[in-house]
Amino acid sequence: MNKKQFQNILIWTSAILLIILIMTPGLWVVLTAFRPQVDVMAKPPVWIPRNLSFNQFETMLFGGSEGSMGRSPVPVLSYLYNSVVISFTSTFVAVLVGTIGGYGFARHNFKFKNGYFLMIMLTRTIPGISLSLPIFILFSRIGIIDTHFGIIVVFVALNIPFTVWLTDGFFRQIPRAMSEVAMTDGCTKLQAFWHIELPLSKSGIASAGIFAFLISWNEYALVSNLARSTDSKTLTVGLMDFTAQFTINWPGMCALAVFIIIPALLLTFLVQKHLVSGLTFGGVKG
Amino acid sequence: MKKFLNGPWVLLLPTLIILTCVVLLPLLISLWTSFTPFKLTKPDTLYRFVGFRNYERLIGDIDFWIAFGRTVLFLAIALNLELVFGLGIALLINKITYGQRTLRTLMMFPMMFSPILVGFQWKYIFNDNIGLLNNFLREFGVIQPIPWLVDGVLANISIMAAEIWSSTSVFAILLLAGLLGIPKDPLEAARVDGCNSWQVFKNITLPFLMPFVFIAMTIRSLDVARAYDIVQMMTGGGPAKRTELLWTLISRTGYVDAKMGMANAMSYISIFLSIAFTFFFFYKLMQSRQQLSYE
Repeated sequence: MNKKQFQNILIWTSAILLIILIMTPGLWVVLTAFRPQVDVMAKPPVWIPRNLSFNQFETMLFGGSEGSMGRSPVPVLSYLYNSVVISFTSTFVAVLVGTIGGYGFARHNFKFKNGYFLMIMLTRTIPGISLSLPIFILFSRIGIIDTHFGIIVVFVALNIPFTVWLTDGFFRQIPRAMSEVAMTDGCTKLQAFWHIELPLSKSGIASAGIFAFLISWNEYALVSNLARSTDSKTLTVGLMDFTAQFTINWPGMCALAVFIIIPALLLTFLVQKHLVSGLTFGGVKG
Repeated sequence: MKKFLNGPWVLLLPTLIILTCVVLLPLLISLWTSFTPFKLTKPDTLYRFVGFRNYERLIGDIDFWIAFGRTVLFLAIALNLELVFGLGIALLINKITYGQRTLRTLMMFPMMFSPILVGFQWKYIFNDNIGLLNNFLREFGVIQPIPWLVDGVLANISIMAAEIWSSTSVFAILLLAGLLGIPKDPLEAARVDGCNSWQVFKNITLPFLMPFVFIAMTIRSLDVARAYDIVQMMTGGGPAKRTELLWTLISRTGYVDAKMGMANAMSYISIFLSIAFTFFFFYKLMQSRQQLSYE
């Protein structure tokens, strides 16, 4: 019994260490967002915050003069607007197109099917920065650089392969017989898809959507080069803009970081159960 | 027409059109550009063909090969450590019965972080003046601040730590899903036959986990280039190019020095590197899948 107890203590100690390692960086950033600049810069370090405030958030959102560093260098509200418009639109289009494509792969056999599938997946492996160079050249020639439209189109292409992969896996789980029965009962192919296969693969499509949203929301390498002004810069680019300041406003940056992470956190916790099954479904049983 | 509407192509067409326009066409432009001396400051140079001159120069460019070597080494070390840590964490969580789901949810925490955020939070922690790590060490008597992001070797280690923090959970989550799916019968049979835990792990658990290892590797190899965001945020490739990866070098050459032709030549090499990584793991995945279905 002694050995068993020892083992239990060992397991729990490592689990707690693990949680600390995972949580500390994020929590430290959150805490800093509420602390005054003086505390953050203090030597020797101040561990217990002397006072906490929402000043950084006020400065960031309304450009007020109460923040310890004066005006925020980043127009957060327009960046937030850009982020929201770009992420939601590109997610919607990518899931729409990708689901249709995934259905095509799951339900049809054709020549070089695996080849096409692999080709589609391989487009995803191209590093964002490598892809940004020719797109930058192309977009500046046709005049859609620094626009929502241009960035949305790129994000749609970025998210389609993964959506195809996930939804293909889910559609395969649904027996073909179900829609065939519906069709002999007089449904058209589209009706069978709409009433039977789509509802059954809802969780797969949802997880594909979350992934697409996270990728778009978090993307930096492409946007930072395709967005030039407040017209299309997103929050991640905004965070980088902070580092161009002569003295880094750490609490201000932390406030923006908190702002970026909250939507991602909320969305992921909402659907976290589907995420894992989505990933492994598509992969193992494909 | 009816045949077309019932076939697969009407379904695949939107996907193929978008990918052709946004990925394949730009790649062709990129290929052409890599054969020109195109500079952003001189637009006309886009139409001057110089053959393999950019590539020839790259072969003799020592800075490029150092960045290339560092990228390969970085990926090899990071991916292997992520796999080992991920496996360890998965085995650990698998052993825990009380609170397992909470732990799994907590494990997903780093997956939601944008690479640029990961870079930022570690830049803050490793800051030599006000960073959490140096402040913490100071309490234990290390008064002289350690220059984590200023020293060449330490900066590489710091970036590696950030990268591992952000990606280990992908491995942990997927391997845990694999562990939970292992049928219990062979495990018990092996125990009854007198196998010790190491033998059970080596002969039953590990072979069963292999497809999950390769799925995780394939998924991970799709976005190895996210290290660009982290490096750009933490050091920008410095100090004195000591943390320069292939991707930061491409971005510097293309956008800062405006040498688009050269940058496109480099990016072709980086694309082949990424495809090689993905292809390798995808091939392994297919192989291990087949093995499982034979058994």
